[in-house]
Amino acid sequence: MLLGKILKGDHGGKVFLLILLAVMIAVPILNALSPDHPLYLSTYTVTLLGKYLTYALLAIAVDLVWGYLGILSLGHAAFFALGGYAMGMYLMRQIGDRGVYGNPVLPDFMVFLNWPKLPWFWYGFDHFWFAALMVLLVPGLLAFVFGWLAFRSRVTGVYLSIITQALTYALMLAFFRNEMGFGGNNGLTDFKDILGFSLQSDGTRIALFIASGLALGFGYLACRALVKSRLGRVAVAIRDTEDRVRFIGYRVEHLKLAVFTFSAMLAGLAGALYVPQVGIINPGEFAPLNSIEVVIWVAMGGRATLYGAVLGAISVNYAKTWFTGAFPETWLFALGSLFVLVTLLLPRGIVGLWRRREGE
Amino acid sequence: MKLANKLRQLSIAVSTVAALGIACAANAADTIKVGILHSLSGTMAISETTLKDTMLMLIEEQNKKGGLLGKKLEPVVVDPASNWPLFAEKARELIAKDKVAVVFGCWTSVSRKSVLPVFEELNSLLFYPVQYEGEESSKNVFYTGAAPNQQAIPAVDYLMGRGVKRWVLAGTDYVYPRTTNKILEAYLKAKGVAADDIMINYTPFGHSDWQSIVADIKKFGSAGKKTAVVSTINGDANVPFYKELGNQGISAENIPVIAFSVGEEELSGIDTKPLVGHLAAWNYFMSVESPENDTFIEAWHKFIKNDKRVTNDPMEAHYIGFNMWVEAVKKAGTTDSDAVAEAIMGVAVPNLSGGFSAMMPNHHITKPVLIGEIQDDGQFQIVSQTPGLVAGDAWSDYLPGSKDLIADWRKPLACGNYNVKTAKCSGQNY
Amino acid sequence: MMLRLLVTLLMLCLSSASLAAEIETGDATLDGAFEQLLDRDFEVKAQGITALAASDNPKTDALLRGILEGGLRYLTDNKRLVWVQTHADGDHAIDALSGEDYGVYTSRKFKKFALNNAMRGQIRTLLAAEELSNPDPSVRLNAVKSMLDTVQLSDAEQFSKLLEKETDPAVRKAFGSAIALAQLNTEDPKQRHTAIAALSGQLEPTVRNALNRLAQSDPDEGVRVDAATALAEIEEKVHFYGYIETLFFGLSAGSVLVLAAIGLAITFGVMGVINMAHGELIMLGAYTTYLMQQLMPEMAGLSILLSIPTAFIVSGLVGIAIERGIIHFLYGRPLETLLATFGVSLILQQLVRTVISPQNVPVSNPDFMSGLWQINPVLSLTYNRLYIFAFCLLVFAGLFFVLKFTRLGLQVRAVSQNRAMARAMGVRSARVDALTFGLGAGIAGIAGVALSQLTNVGPNLGQAYIVDSFMVVVFGGVGNLWGTLIGGLGLGIANKLMEPWTGAVLAKILVLVFIILFIQKRPRGLFPQKGRAAEG
Repeated sequence: MLLGKILKGDHGGKVFLLILLAVMIAVPILNALSPDHPLYLSTYTVTLLGKYLTYALLAIAVDLVWGYLGILSLGHAAFFALGGYAMGMYLMRQIGDRGVYGNPVLPDFMVFLNWPKLPWFWYGFDHFWFAALMVLLVPGLLAFVFGWLAFRSRVTGVYLSIITQALTYALMLAFFRNEMGFGGNNGLTDFKDILGFSLQSDGTRIALFIASGLALGFGYLACRALVKSRLGRVAVAIRDTEDRVRFIGYRVEHLKLAVFTFSAMLAGLAGALYVPQVGIINPGEFAPLNSIEVVIWVAMGGRATLYGAVLGAISVNYAKTWFTGAFPETWLFALGSLFVLVTLLLPRGIVGLWRRREGE
Repeated sequence: MKLANKLRQLSIAVSTVAALGIACAANAADTIKVGILHSLSGTMAISETTLKDTMLMLIEEQNKKGGLLGKKLEPVVVDPASNWPLFAEKARELIAKDKVAVVFGCWTSVSRKSVLPVFEELNSLLFYPVQYEGEESSKNVFYTGAAPNQQAIPAVDYLMGRGVKRWVLAGTDYVYPRTTNKILEAYLKAKGVAADDIMINYTPFGHSDWQSIVADIKKFGSAGKKTAVVSTINGDANVPFYKELGNQGISAENIPVIAFSVGEEELSGIDTKPLVGHLAAWNYFMSVESPENDTFIEAWHKFIKNDKRVTNDPMEAHYIGFNMWVEAVKKAGTTDSDAVAEAIMGVAVPNLSGGFSAMMPNHHITKPVLIGEIQDDGQFQIVSQTPGLVAGDAWSDYLPGSKDLIADWRKPLACGNYNVKTAKCSGQNY
Repeated sequence: MMLRLLVTLLMLCLSSASLAAEIETGDATLDGAFEQLLDRDFEVKAQGITALAASDNPKTDALLRGILEGGLRYLTDNKRLVWVQTHADGDHAIDALSGEDYGVYTSRKFKKFALNNAMRGQIRTLLAAEELSNPDPSVRLNAVKSMLDTVQLSDAEQFSKLLEKETDPAVRKAFGSAIALAQLNTEDPKQRHTAIAALSGQLEPTVRNALNRLAQSDPDEGVRVDAATALAEIEEKVHFYGYIETLFFGLSAGSVLVLAAIGLAITFGVMGVINMAHGELIMLGAYTTYLMQQLMPEMAGLSILLSIPTAFIVSGLVGIAIERGIIHFLYGRPLETLLATFGVSLILQQLVRTVISPQNVPVSNPDFMSGLWQINPVLSLTYNRLYIFAFCLLVFAGLFFVLKFTRLGLQVRAVSQNRAMARAMGVRSARVDALTFGLGAGIAGIAGVALSQLTNVGPNLGQAYIVDSFMVVVFGGVGNLWGTLIGGLGLGIANKLMEPWTGAVLAKILVLVFIILFIQKRPRGLFPQKGRAAEG
């Protein structure tokens, strides 16, 4: 009932959710086939798909603020990475005394750098519920503080984009520092298990894949509901002419802050699901270029459609995976040309291909 | 009309998924696949591309000699693009999808840490060719580069023998310099160097503005005692560092700099005239005089079609590692990971400095330690060489956390970090 | 295989056995010394240097210098010591003792003498004593300075004699310091007092170390106090110069930022194009410098000067091509320029990797840019940084002139302020756009020439500067050249002022946090654009 209301008129969304559901059912079945079967899906591919789904969730988060609120965030990778670190810290604590030095409390890199005891900000991460809370809370809080400052002083446009970039750049440099207590350049890795299940078993991988699919599906629905609500319509108005909305009497800052914070939390969730599937989180995830890439996924797929963001994230990343294996020496030419051509020929992204016709 | 649109949407989506699904099922059996996992783009491409070419050359030569076990070797090259999670993904692709028998690859510590669980899970073999911080010994990894005791300690001994009393330990802020400097600090203090006479400095990756730090080193070195800099500065940051040294007039006679990550390849990006006399410690220099080295350099120039290209230490490590693997496969008669890992321990092959390197039970190898001074042509003049070979030590004796640990992969112990005090084997995934 | 190995080994043994008699000069002492010099053991080589210095052959000093500087070689075929002389037809071997010309040899035939640091130091000390009476005052000055570290009481007399003959004031002063330093070791406390007085205000590290030693451990109370006072006075000066040095470091770091950002101030600031390929345009400029040096390897100085216009043209043309081919279609959609130019940046990077090399390439510094300007013993400014700072100001002035006082500049400003109105007035906006973008790109190319003198020239060069460049432009205020200049220099100085306290990384983080907070305070940067253009 509620679902019908949210998805009313959203044909693309319906199709997307149906496909997602189909994939989530099909993948575990195909993976369970015998390896000799022609339709067998290797666990490698499952993990890869799981990774794409988390990227897609991140892309939705970016599309929400960019497509519907007009904030071009060049720093969303920071929220993604923070969520990832929160999850990574939990996974690190789960290793327990199975680390190379066999220390039951301290992660290997701390033993290695002579930390006498666990720093305070690592407390609580041995509990899953705490880590799960932090996955949402840390990116959310950062976005809240940052947004509160920025929106209140009416920083807009390019200026806002560049300071979001400064934010992620500063965080990257900070996390690179070994003194910070997050493992420096090596980051957090060599995870063993999550909630007691081995990360290397096929079952856990399938479960993580399904969790990512669910997160993406519900993330999509939440964003769609938000966009369809009064709040969402005001957001679009802000995107188009901020001043007028303000003159009408809306508290533009509060509204922007709410959407921005929500988007950051979604990005954090995506990061948290990403980390156990790729098995490492390190400061490279904060790199400004990563955030720019996310924006490119969204633009590729089609801005302000949400499912376009999903399509963009998956197609660009699939292209990358394929290119880096098939043409290791020249793949950047192909990827670069792809970006140029799509921008020139498909101004509304891939989604624009059939949306335009629908408009006609 | 609407239906058609929907179908179109569906077809695009389905084709994407289907393309993903079309998995391996590639041809098998008639060749032995060798995976090459080196970054060809991104920040590490500068160093790693050469190693990819080295591997292609070695494989080509082996094929000319008739291949291995009657089959041809087939290189599988992928590009992990200097992206650490991508390293793990590509490693999985090589092992699970391409079914390679062995992988040669990685450069940075973090890339190795990233792929390590993948190799352990899928039980495949990795040969890692770069000098590193130690503190690791995996069942599935063979470390053909230097451990700290094969590079850092002999280098410091050499300088101490030349009257150096004051030490600057300068490095990039990551795990290799941190560990090396910790080991060196402990070692220097054990040798009676006062804490005041050691200055430790860390800089970020790719640091390019060295003015203040070089000025600090100059001040530190003007206290009337012979001073030396031990540099674990990584890759890209070296060029601006050395340029600044040259410009601020720090010559090798005032304050020599001994580096562990600067080789012929790095120097080929610098004008070395102001740097003559600064040092580096490695297990191989291009200027080594041995017939094997001459053959290797000649083959390299022919393969790369450029006789200006240099050779360096990690290339030699791949040369040794590849030949060891070939010998072990011959000995085992199969490319099965467990059999090869069993067979390779004790295998000795010629290295390029005229001796033989052997694979130790801790998966590290024996190497000579050479110290060279930079010449104006970008080559090194070898000024010291350890009399014998030094065996790589996986766990440093100078770090409190690891001095009780040993690695020995021979049965029945078969453990990468066995604590001799508690008689426990920890950190194993199997 | 085995046999071949054995044969090669045997040959190697034979060749090393014949090494012993590889040089024949006719002078037995020299032959002995050179035999030692060719030994593999560096201890023996060092003895060879001593033996050579002890010989009474009149050419000894020249030979030592030749060994040190690498000009002296030997030939394997006729066992003679020779100098390398470059003629039009190739490198001639000139006998070092008789001066006879043996004709042309290829570079591999000339054998060099291997040295290590200790031996280089040894030869320099041996030569320094002789250089004290060199006719060139700058050589004498350097010789005295190089002896300060090892000066002993017994040297005082010799220095005093030399001082009497000396006419050059700088060298006289240096001799004075050397004598005073020597006299710090005398028995007589009074003489030590005089020596301390003579050394007061001298900034040489040797002097500071000597005074420090005296202040702590001299048996005489008065001398200790005196030394401590003199030392404190010196330290104060050192401190003061330390601040000047930091300021210079800051300005020079800032000038690099400004150079990297100033092209972007045009393409991004004036035109509103989010040009992600800006870094790669800088990179192209740096590679142009490399290629120019390859074209004229002997003339580093000239090639750098020629690189400036060439890099401007190369990057400018690439810029115009990007504008005509891509950006031209995207006006009014500024964010999409980000996408397309990001694609271009990937292509350009990979192009350089494929066409030139994935490795870094060497770019050498011309002589006039190497070395340092030694103002006093604790303050020295490196020439390359000084030149780059001056160059930065020059580029800024040039650009400012173009925008303010030329027809093109007028049109650029008109189009950026109100495109429709400008077109209505007859400005061909498409042409102006292409030229403006070309100008910004060309300036980026020039920045590349400057950066090639400081850092790596490789495919990643551009990426290292792109984020910083955007920060500088935004901090200074989009669309304002002065903002870029002041902003860049300011950030450079702030960074360097903090670095001694916080370390390089934390300083950079703090600067970034500062930018974020600053933008809250002034949402349109340091120098906001005023008027209607600002609303666009």
